[in-house]
Amino acid sequence: MEKFATLNGIVAPLDRANVDTDAIIPKQFLKSIKRTGFGPNLFDEWRYLDHGEPGRDNSGRPLNPDFVLNQPRYQDAQILLARDNFGCGSSREHAPWALLDYGFRVVIAPGFADIFFNNCFKNGILPIVLDASIVDQFFKEVTKTEGYRLIVDLAAQEIKSPAGQVIPFEVEEFRKHRLLNGLDDIGLTLQHADDIRAYEQRRKLDAPWLFDAP
Amino acid sequence: MAGQTLYDKLWDAHKVRENEDGSTLLYIDRQLVHEVTSPQAFEGLRLADRKPWRVDTNLATPDHNVPTTDRQQGISDPVSRLQVETLDENCASFGITEFKMDDVRQGIVHVIGPEQGATLPGMTVVCGDSHTSTHGAFGALAFGIGTSEVEHVLATQCLVQQKSRSMLVSVDGQCAPGISAKDIVLAVISEIGTAGGTGYAIEFAGEAIRNLSMEGRMTVCNMTIEAGARAGMVAVDDKTLDYVSGRPFAPQADHWEQAVSAWHELHSDADAEFDRVVRIDAASIQPQVTWGTSPEMTVAVGDRVPDPAAESDPVKREGMGAALAYMGLEPRMAVTDIRPDKVFIGSCTNSRIEDLRAAAAVAQGRMVAGTIKLAMVVPGSGLVKQQAEAEGLDRIFVDAGFEWREPGCSMCLAMNADRLEPGERCASTSNRNFEGRQGQGGRTHLVSPAMAAAAAVAGHFVDVRDLD
Ligand code: SF4
Repeated sequence: MEKFATLNGIVAPLDRANVDTDAIIPKQFLKSIKRTGFGPNLFDEWRYLDHGEPGRDNSGRPLNPDFVLNQPRYQDAQILLARDNFGCGSSREHAPWALLDYGFRVVIAPGFADIFFNNCFKNGILPIVLDASIVDQFFKEVTKTEGYRLIVDLAAQEIKSPAGQVIPFEVEEFRKHRLLNGLDDIGLTLQHADDIRAYEQRRKLDAPWLFDAP
Repeated sequence: MAGQTLYDKLWDAHKVRENEDGSTLLYIDRQLVHEVTSPQAFEGLRLADRKPWRVDTNLATPDHNVPTTDRQQGISDPVSRLQVETLDENCASFGITEFKMDDVRQGIVHVIGPEQGATLPGMTVVCGDSHTSTHGAFGALAFGIGTSEVEHVLATQCLVQQKSRSMLVSVDGQCAPGISAKDIVLAVISEIGTAGGTGYAIEFAGEAIRNLSMEGRMTVCNMTIEAGARAGMVAVDDKTLDYVSGRPFAPQADHWEQAVSAWHELHSDADAEFDRVVRIDAASIQPQVTWGTSPEMTVAVGDRVPDPAAESDPVKREGMGAALAYMGLEPRMAVTDIRPDKVFIGSCTNSRIEDLRAAAAVAQGRMVAGTIKLAMVVPGSGLVKQQAEAEGLDRIFVDAGFEWREPGCSMCLAMNADRLEPGERCASTSNRNFEGRQGQGGRTHLVSPAMAAAAAVAGHFVDVRDLD
């Protein structure tokens, strides 16, 4: 997993509450054998005027000009600004995979669905819960100012706005440690690689047949 | 201090370390891999530039999507084909042993693990599939995992786990002649309920379990997950050793001797304490037929379909009513009046040689009833198929009007071309009678292999012991 330090990124506003995982990545894409490549189908039903299918080339599809991510000013956005209960629905990890593949590393909202929130951390995305009034203020500023950026400093647990405003945010200590060091579950277990090898040495003495080559 | 349960012994032998939060890093001896739940795990390894920790502990085969008819044609559904091809590519590039679709050793993961001796007593065995509990029949700790855990095992040979509570299910005394392992496990599920085992690891014991063959014990452990428990297990005895001995992956020579003496310890101590004990009288178990949409909705073949009106619990009553409506059954009708359209003998529950022998014994000299649209037998592996053919079972089936197919999961979950049409009714030896499991709108009745064959020749459910 990629380490997360400080992100200075363009903000894209998605002004809807209860955005569910089906909206983030529609069902038909869950049959895929991949965990990457979902970026072009992120928010597929809102982003395009036609129906998307897995394996189809997305480059020639008619874009919905009203959808926010299609506006030139939000290209290359890395921070998604959202409304309450973002990510409700399925437990599948395709939703964070799609956001990550598109390029988002941070989602800011007044609230998230539980499983989605957990799945974000597992996949290197930082979900930040902020007071609804602050989220609202960001929505106003980002729509007013082209090229609006926020600086997210995970170590300091602060967001800095262009006007110099500093907003603190909460993140669980262990999750912060994992993101800062780029540790996924596997990375964490591999920190105990010596223990695993020591176990294998002991086990080879007790049960050598488990190490026979077939 | 009380003695240890079999589960305690298996758990302790695989503890790498205890984590600060009370979870345990558990060492995994064997991972079985199939095409549906592994692609993203392999991709995850690649993205993070990781290698399998011990590549030789993994064994792969495609099973869910493979066609059971002419394999020369390949797989016509593009999604299915891509999953199988992806497994082939991943195994080739990571160096994992795979029994490919055209290999005689190919089959359902839970059939080929034991068949190859890749499942051994005392092991931890995992697979990205909930019926991994099957392998517990060998005195192993075996359970299903999700795709991110598949990746975790590939990369670290370990899993982070919380220990479950322990349950002893003792099936005491002897079953009547003609009662199979499937009847035992359905009776157990109806006793403890589909959520009764949630949070537990179940050990099956008692005279009736000891009397079962290894195939029978696998059938029982296979369906542990239908009682809500991730792991089911049976203590090691001479039958276990006889089954394992001489198989391709089994230990040889000195290592075999050493293994056998260690495996003799794989039983619960006489003074071990369980968190819950359930006792079932084997003599009371009758041939079972499920009537609803959950495996606990089962009755004896001689009984009637239950009447929701007689149920006092309103939640249960509603569930029963919905199940009957979906199944297209009337309350209080005799189970023997239910007429299947199709018969499926197969799946990781009942597709081993002994299962096929039991079904063939019923089919021999009889004909599939004219009202049955399709009766199919799908062996669990290429080697089971080969053995059955050597014994002439295929002829018996074909002569009786059954179709004799290539090995795979087939109509257990209808991911390939084998499926029920809406409203079709099936006598099935598989493990799940959920709505739509065998095809959208399909109606599944779970039974033993002998009972499925009996339904095929009679055209309706019938006590196999009553066939003349
Ligand atoms: S036979 Fe059925 S239950 Fe068994 S692994 Fe295949 S799909 Fe799953």
